[in-house]
Amino acid sequence: MSEISEIETKKLKREVLVRLIKAFMSDNFAENVRLIPYDMRPKGSEVPFRCCVYKERAVLRSRAIAGLGFSMEEDDERTLLSDFAQRALTREKPESEPLTVLQNACKGCPSAKVFVTELCQNCVAKPCLKACHFGAISNNGRRSVIDNDKCKKCGLCMAACPYHAIVKTIVPCEEACPVGAIAKGEDGLAHIDKDKCISCGKCVSACPFGATHAKSQVIDVLSKIKQGKEVIAMFAPALVGHLPCSAEQFIEAFKKIGFSEVYEVAQGADTTIQVEAHDFAERLEQGASFMTTSCCAAYNELVKKHLPEIKPYVSDAHTPLYYTAEIVKKEHPNAETVFISPCFAKRKEALDNPNVNNVLNFEELGAIFIAFGIEVDTLESKEYAYKSSKEARDFPLSGGVARAVQAAWKGNPDDLRPTTINGLTKATVRDLKMYAKTGKCPLGNLIEVMSCEGGCIAGNAGLNEVKMALKKVTDYSAQSYSLKDNK
Amino acid sequence: MEKIKVKICQGTTCFVMGGSVIKAIMDTLTEKYADKIEIIPVRCLEVCHENDSFSKAPYVYVDDELVSDASIEKVTSLIESKLQK
Repeated sequence: MSEISEIETKKLKREVLVRLIKAFMSDNFAENVRLIPYDMRPKGSEVPFRCCVYKERAVLRSRAIAGLGFSMEEDDERTLLSDFAQRALTREKPESEPLTVLQNACKGCPSAKVFVTELCQNCVAKPCLKACHFGAISNNGRRSVIDNDKCKKCGLCMAACPYHAIVKTIVPCEEACPVGAIAKGEDGLAHIDKDKCISCGKCVSACPFGATHAKSQVIDVLSKIKQGKEVIAMFAPALVGHLPCSAEQFIEAFKKIGFSEVYEVAQGADTTIQVEAHDFAERLEQGASFMTTSCCAAYNELVKKHLPEIKPYVSDAHTPLYYTAEIVKKEHPNAETVFISPCFAKRKEALDNPNVNNVLNFEELGAIFIAFGIEVDTLESKEYAYKSSKEARDFPLSGGVARAVQAAWKGNPDDLRPTTINGLTKATVRDLKMYAKTGKCPLGNLIEVMSCEGGCIAGNAGLNEVKMALKKVTDYSAQSYSLKDNK
Repeated sequence: MEKIKVKICQGTTCFVMGGSVIKAIMDTLTEKYADKIEIIPVRCLEVCHENDSFSKAPYVYVDDELVSDASIEKVTSLIESKLQK
């Protein structure tokens, strides 16, 4: 889906988040949360999207439940929104699975199938019949027809038809998922198989009904701040591209919310780069044919759940978040840490790391700024205590991690041949599988893997258009020193 | 003829509620009406701070007319109706 059409569903989600936060700031959190669906669709209001105002409210109620951090799967539809709000306040730890499907928002799209349209000219050659390996196509005298019980949806007939008369309908979430973790169940609605899901979030962006949701931790974080705890923000370098202000204004922006300190996760990326370059050198010495990067959380989940055979080839370097959180906890042992992330998969990584207490994504941060009335571009600029390298600040770009390792590389430049998996798809997952199986990658020996096409700046929770975000990130990193300079 | 002034809000709320839309509006307008309009990116227009008005962001002013929930279609049709006058 294009960024422009996606914005409709994103706006709805963001509006619910802003209202949740405003309710949290009010004197009566639970009651004001209960009213959100009614405030958004009051009596007699227009019905912009669904069949009636009641359905609109039901879906908004579900969005609010996800915004409060709960699974829709466990909603019995009888519990009041206000009860969910109360429960969110007493939750000790965030839930384990980052994503949830709002079943009442799910359209129950028609199953994917290949279909001969009326554009079929009933031609003499009938290449579609010859192309099919499964005997699924026949001709009824007027046009070709497909037997769906036999069709394997391979698409060969589509490619063979000289009239482009054969089309494939898709289920957007199923099509987008690189690992077959989301599929229509017997009820016709989408379900996520948590044993397969790598939390990449592609289904969230793909669904034009906005039916897949991230479970937010925004109330958890704001509660900690309200309780007067020392809460520290660690922001992913991609954030620079996704707010309408300079990186130097972030410190004040976070402090206005109530965070006590702000760290660039690019700081930890500087450690990742050195460890990874060292790791790569050692592996080459031991005769390894290739190594993959290890900083993408969705990729790490992929390795765990679907590609254990590639594990020996994955760098042992930890993620920039890991090293940053380690530094923060050392400097502030009593602090609660919050990672500000462009994606959903990092929530999964954070659950396995006691140094990272919560994760907010860019959309949730944006919603906080709106609710708090913070105009970020009017704030004072401040310097970061640690200045990260250009390469560390370029980590969120596709190719950025590989270039960083290259910049820190002390060996023979010809020994390092970088290549990228720019986006996890069913096809690139197959490629990775093949590299692991054959023990070889024909394209290079340092494989940078990023789940999102374009890198983290194109993460699913991004606020800005990707090209604009890219420009802002590179303009910022260009101000910093390069690792190449002090080799 | 005097150029139509199109003020596109770059404040935090408008950015968050439609960052990519704002960029698309700017690009499309620049391409389509290069010599007839003047595009002015501006700081927060302060129409988003009242109660629920944040939900109608992004906001754009076409001369002195305010466009809420701004989209390419809404803004261009308003510009076109002004150009026809």
